[in-house]
Amino acid sequence: MIQPSKTPMPLADAEERNKNFSEVALGYSLDDAINEASRCLQCLHKPCVVSCPVNVDIPRFIMAVKENRLDDALSIIHQTNCFPSICGRVCPQEVQCESTCVMTKRYQAVAIGRLERYVGDHAQIRLDVQPLNQQFKVAIVGSGPSGLACAYDCAKAGIAVTVYEAWHDLGGVLRYGIPEFRLPKATVDKEIDVLRQLGIEFECNVVIGKTIECAELFDMGYKAVFIGTGAGLPTFMNIEGEGSIGVFSANEFLTRVNFMKAGQPKYDTPLLTGKRVVVVGGGNVAMDAARCAKRLGYQTTIVYRRSLNELPARQEEVEHAMEEGIVFELLAAPLKVFANEQGRVRSIFCQRMQLTEPGPDGRCKVVPTEDVPFEIETDTVVVAIGTSPNPILIRSTKELKTGKWGTIMVDENQQTSIEHVYAGGDAVTGAATVIEALGAGKKAAAAIIDYFTKEQAG
Amino acid sequence: MAKIIKKDILNSGVVSMEIEATRIASKAQAGHFVMIRVDQHGERFPLTIADANKETGTIRIIFQVVGGSTIKLNRLKVGDDVLDIVGPLGMPLHHENIRHAIVIGGGVGCAIAYPHAKALKQQGSKVSFIAGFRNKDLFILKEDIEATADHVYFTTDDGSAYRKGFVTDVLKELLESEKDVDLVIAIGPVVMMKAVSNVTRLLNIKTVVSLNPIMIDGTGMCGGCRVKVGNEYKFACVDGPEFDGHQVDFNELMLRNSAYIQQEKHTCKLIEEETQ
Ligand SMILES: Cc1cc2nc3c(=O)[nH]c(=O)nc-3n(C[C@H](O)[C@H](O)[C@H](O)COP(=O)(O)OP(=O)(O)OC[C@H]3O[C@@H](n4cnc5c(N)ncnc54)[C@H](O)[C@@H]3O)c2cc1C
Ligand SMILES: Cc1cc2nc3c(=O)[nH]c(=O)nc-3n(C[C@H](O)[C@H](O)[C@H](O)COP(=O)(O)OP(=O)(O)OC[C@H]3O[C@@H](n4cnc5c(N)ncnc54)[C@H](O)[C@@H]3O)c2cc1C
Ligand code: SF4
Ligand code: FES
Repeated sequence: MIQPSKTPMPLADAEERNKNFSEVALGYSLDDAINEASRCLQCLHKPCVVSCPVNVDIPRFIMAVKENRLDDALSIIHQTNCFPSICGRVCPQEVQCESTCVMTKRYQAVAIGRLERYVGDHAQIRLDVQPLNQQFKVAIVGSGPSGLACAYDCAKAGIAVTVYEAWHDLGGVLRYGIPEFRLPKATVDKEIDVLRQLGIEFECNVVIGKTIECAELFDMGYKAVFIGTGAGLPTFMNIEGEGSIGVFSANEFLTRVNFMKAGQPKYDTPLLTGKRVVVVGGGNVAMDAARCAKRLGYQTTIVYRRSLNELPARQEEVEHAMEEGIVFELLAAPLKVFANEQGRVRSIFCQRMQLTEPGPDGRCKVVPTEDVPFEIETDTVVVAIGTSPNPILIRSTKELKTGKWGTIMVDENQQTSIEHVYAGGDAVTGAATVIEALGAGKKAAAAIIDYFTKEQAG
Repeated sequence: MAKIIKKDILNSGVVSMEIEATRIASKAQAGHFVMIRVDQHGERFPLTIADANKETGTIRIIFQVVGGSTIKLNRLKVGDDVLDIVGPLGMPLHHENIRHAIVIGGGVGCAIAYPHAKALKQQGSKVSFIAGFRNKDLFILKEDIEATADHVYFTTDDGSAYRKGFVTDVLKELLESEKDVDLVIAIGPVVMMKAVSNVTRLLNIKTVVSLNPIMIDGTGMCGGCRVKVGNEYKFACVDGPEFDGHQVDFNELMLRNSAYIQQEKHTCKLIEEETQ
């Protein structure tokens, strides 16, 4: 008898959790994990593996979980993914591995992400640490998932690696963007620690393009460079009043709250106090900002131009946000921010929108209605409508070819217009996902390892 | 970690520090700044690189003790470390073929204006320096400025030394008599930069100001430092902090800089109490 639904994930109570920053999804017990693993049909053609961006051998690791061989399961995952605890929590499995799971033809997919997380959290890693070849060193720019994945694969192949990071701590968006209640920072620390054990070196507070030029890295003896600088430059709405006090980019809001611990005892970074917040946007970033605001005690509203069906955020995140009491003002587009005499946000004016009939491409457009604009009272506005690549390194490295939105252009091996300079992750694709960034870092690592092997032979 | 190797008190509220930062020193140009975090609970805040010595691998910062973070920084002694320092940040403007530049510093702004005077002098421009202070006890870098500029004019708001009045009074007179001025650089309180820009706008003389919005990362990732220049927003940390004074919306900058006054007062109190 097949259990039709996923083994449920224990969740913290919505009315409790919306007041603290502890993790929402509590994680499986061993019994839950074995039970869920038993649902896997062990299909020979492994459709799930194909639709995983880094092709984790899913049936094999699930078999190991079922047989309670957790350390084996972790070794299997680690062959292609060095961050199971992180990916198990933040990957959109419903559109990747789980979307093609054979079980979905009749029932719910196997909960691959939850199992991956269980293994990452509970198994012991077996590392064979080897001395790294100091004659062939690689410099990684940026410590987000793309940079870290590239570093991990290079080190595994025996190449010495230094990761340079602009912030004072590692992880990129994993550190400063995704909040604690979805991705505990202790989990990020634990998985990055494995990279340290491999002998990878980290240098924080170094901005490549400022502190050290990209070309200089080669003078310093590095044979290859990987650029994983992300897409951290926030976009604003370009509407009147956006300079008012209380209008933040989601990046600023999340950085203050999550990374700088603004408003927490002992920490100096200030947090603007207020009662209400309007978050503009409908992606994961908007959900994270709204859920953070809620936890800080704000009455929180999400304003999004389209309808519920078009919300780009993961469905699970939207559901969690709704459970936590966040209001959704859909089909609404901000027109203007009003401020009081002190320059502080007082309200935001929005235009009611409507969807058109689907066009030939099947997509509905969104157009303004004739209705008079309406006002939402608020003292804080968080803008979460997208980001573009960080410009610092690009501006200082003239030979680096970029595309329309300032994204770095690469070939099929992730190599940029400069020989032996590779790039990947959000800096190349624009804002995307952790696993795609990780995959790009691995692909670049494969090209670097190839180059290394040839050098060794020649 | 970066070690403090020299510390001088320039006046009752302004401190100069030399800090070991080899890589930053080797790249620093006039107009660059660093982001500093004093300790693990600290905020990240910007300070201009007032001077850099490539040989000794040190940079000099000059700061006014105004609130929590600068009080914390001022608590450190020679031999102590600053936890994080990152830079050199910003896009310094290069001024070439300048015949005669008037460099204006207001208060601690003199520390930020001084490297510009030095750089302009080195490339052969004539430099007139106008330095304004609230009163005679607040003078800083007097000898350095006098040794660098061709002409120096000091003012005090209260008339306790030199000429009584504002830097704009001297500026107006100079622009009457000197007809070869092709650049004005003004760095100091926002009101001063605004007043200077208003004077030079009428005469259509290129004017550069250095803006000091609130920053978090200093690397283009938060947008908190956005300033309205012309009709668009620029990020002061990656597009500036130097901008065309005739294009800047100074009023919005003043408003935005007042955002955290209440919170800052609390932090400041707490840190002062800890110190005692
Ligand atoms: C709030 C938020 C929530 C998200 N939620 C999810 C989610 O649930 N699931 C998911 O899959 N994806 C999510 N994403 C997207 C995902 O985090 C990103 O796609 C991913 O982190 C991109 O990785 P990256 O390595 O390309 O860059 P980043 O993670 O952006 O890291 C880039 C790093 O490079 C550093 N850097 C930049 N320039 C320089 C320089 N010149 N020198 C040195 N260092 C530099 C930066 O400081 C940063 O640390 C979310 C993003 C945000 C902002
Ligand atoms: C690019 C740049 C370069 C700078 N260079 C220097 C420098 O070389 N020397 C120097 O003394 N200062 C400089 N500043 C200003 C300096 O960063 C602030 O004085 C400092 O952050 C104040 O921190 P605090 O915690 O001590 O004071 P806070 O408690 O944060 O503030 C105390 C008071 O100062 C005001 N204030 C806070 N931040 C700023 C700011 N950015 N600008 C103006 N007023 C502010 C507050 O409203 C409050 O009234 C620079 C700023 C920028 C953006
Ligand atoms: S598709 Fe689903 S059932 Fe088949 S092997 Fe993959 S996880 Fe197991
Ligand atoms: S300080 Fe964050 S973008 Fe400028």
